[in-house]
Amino acid sequence: MSSNRRILPGFRLSLGVAITYLSVMLVVPLVVCLMEVSKLTPAQFLNAVWTERTRSAYYVTLTTSFYAAVIDVVLGLLLAWVLVRYEFPFKRFFDSLVDLPFALPTAVAGLVYSSLYVANGWYGRILVPMGIKVDNTNLGIVVVLVFIGLPFVVRTLQPVLESMDADVEEAAASMGANRSQIFWRVLLPPLAPAMWTGFSLTFARALGEFGSVIFIAANKQYESEIVPVLIVSRIDEPALTEATAVAMVMLLMSFCLLMAINYLEWRSARYAH
Amino acid sequence: MHTSRAVGHKPGTTGHGSHTEPAWVRWLLISCAIAVISILVIIPVVNVFYQALANGFDTYRHQLLDDAETRHAIWLTLTVVPVAVVLNTIFGVAVAWAVTRFQFPGRTILIAFIDLPFAISPVVVGLMIMLMFGRLGIWGPTLEHWGIKIVFAYPGLVLATTFVTLPFVARELIPVMEALGADEETAAVSLGANGWQMFWRITLPNIRLGLLYGVILCNARAMGEFGAVRVVSGGISGETDTMPLRVEKLFQEYELPESFAVASVLTLLALVTLIAKTLLEHQTQQQLARADDEQAET
Repeated sequence: MSSNRRILPGFRLSLGVAITYLSVMLVVPLVVCLMEVSKLTPAQFLNAVWTERTRSAYYVTLTTSFYAAVIDVVLGLLLAWVLVRYEFPFKRFFDSLVDLPFALPTAVAGLVYSSLYVANGWYGRILVPMGIKVDNTNLGIVVVLVFIGLPFVVRTLQPVLESMDADVEEAAASMGANRSQIFWRVLLPPLAPAMWTGFSLTFARALGEFGSVIFIAANKQYESEIVPVLIVSRIDEPALTEATAVAMVMLLMSFCLLMAINYLEWRSARYAH
Repeated sequence: MHTSRAVGHKPGTTGHGSHTEPAWVRWLLISCAIAVISILVIIPVVNVFYQALANGFDTYRHQLLDDAETRHAIWLTLTVVPVAVVLNTIFGVAVAWAVTRFQFPGRTILIAFIDLPFAISPVVVGLMIMLMFGRLGIWGPTLEHWGIKIVFAYPGLVLATTFVTLPFVARELIPVMEALGADEETAAVSLGANGWQMFWRITLPNIRLGLLYGVILCNARAMGEFGAVRVVSGGISGETDTMPLRVEKLFQEYELPESFAVASVLTLLALVTLIAKTLLEHQTQQQLARADDEQAET
């Protein structure tokens, strides 16, 4: 392809535009973040990122994101399976709707979810008398994160399910395996990498989610404050340096997840071909 | 016992193995799936329009158009979003051209970099902009000296929106341009077309579906952006509130019907995006399949 450079035009222009743009938009802001954090001594840094309030925020963020991702893996497997394997009326309509959480502004999701689950809301009318409170609780955070992350698992599983050969299943069936054996031993193993990818994508997305959560959560310090809410409230103080320190911890978590996702995608790509 | 069906299985259909579960299991699973989509997606969407239109269409219209602050929020969103989309489209075309047509050191790192904004919480994006251009930021005092406002003003909103939506066009274009290959472009250039002629007459018509798809996704995400914009907006009603921020402010002020009225406009946009996405996805796949066939023939 390098010989293209002599034939096709625009190498310098396109690469120049791309690199300049990425430098201005990404590299400079990240460097500025690092510079801000480097103002702190290690002790000050630890003081900013490891207090009772931040610990509680990490805990709330990590647990709610984790539960949401687990629920999304289960729901996503169900949806992907049904959408790939079965025929039913309005299938394409339901299939398209899976992408709605990508397209719907998070503020709208937060608003409508919160008002569905209040005591006189459509869902709250049934759930609140049963003693299940969702609005203004950490359960609400999980519920809205499940919505936000729903498409990730479905959309990672669908292509893998489509590419899976029916022959293997049928071979297993002809050798006397029953449906549940086929599911656990034949179908699930090749799906596992894609399920992990979907899990990580949902989890990563949930960690940084802000817009929808502030509507439905109580956002109380030490109880229901997630890390993004904590960062925003420190920015407003304004304690920018401390906010940056916490943001760096979050960035580090996200980058680790991103690397894990790339590795998993590389592995599931091997299964898909 | 089902081996005979494997022979008759048509490639490209998704219904293979559809008789391997007993009918009742099949219908149970389908019902569960439909229930999940209804509870999580359909009912909430219906609820948005129900709450927005609860007091009739006239009230709805007044709620949207009579409030000067809401009007300004709509206007602001309509002026911020196109700038972000245009910037990211120029970048997307440039980076896709560079990485799919040429081989150079650092190419893989460049591709990995494009996805980086996905790993950064929008709130942190807002923080970065504050660190650079805020009153306490690095260039804050200089900007203040020159009387330039970025944070708590229009440029900050554009910057935040652009950052968050940076990957969308590039991500859609790279696979499309990869699949189309460079044959037609090489032919055009060797027949004497100059760079821009080649781009406008060959490249752009070829990638138009993928490009449109990327632009639509970028636009939807830009209109709905909340976290980053909220940090840099400073929440000045009638000045720096975009539509999603207006939704939140009305919600905080217990003006729920008004809040739902604004939210319903954004929901409508999301639905239009979904329809366009579904239509375009279908067409892009056909185009890619044709490109694959042509490459297989040559």
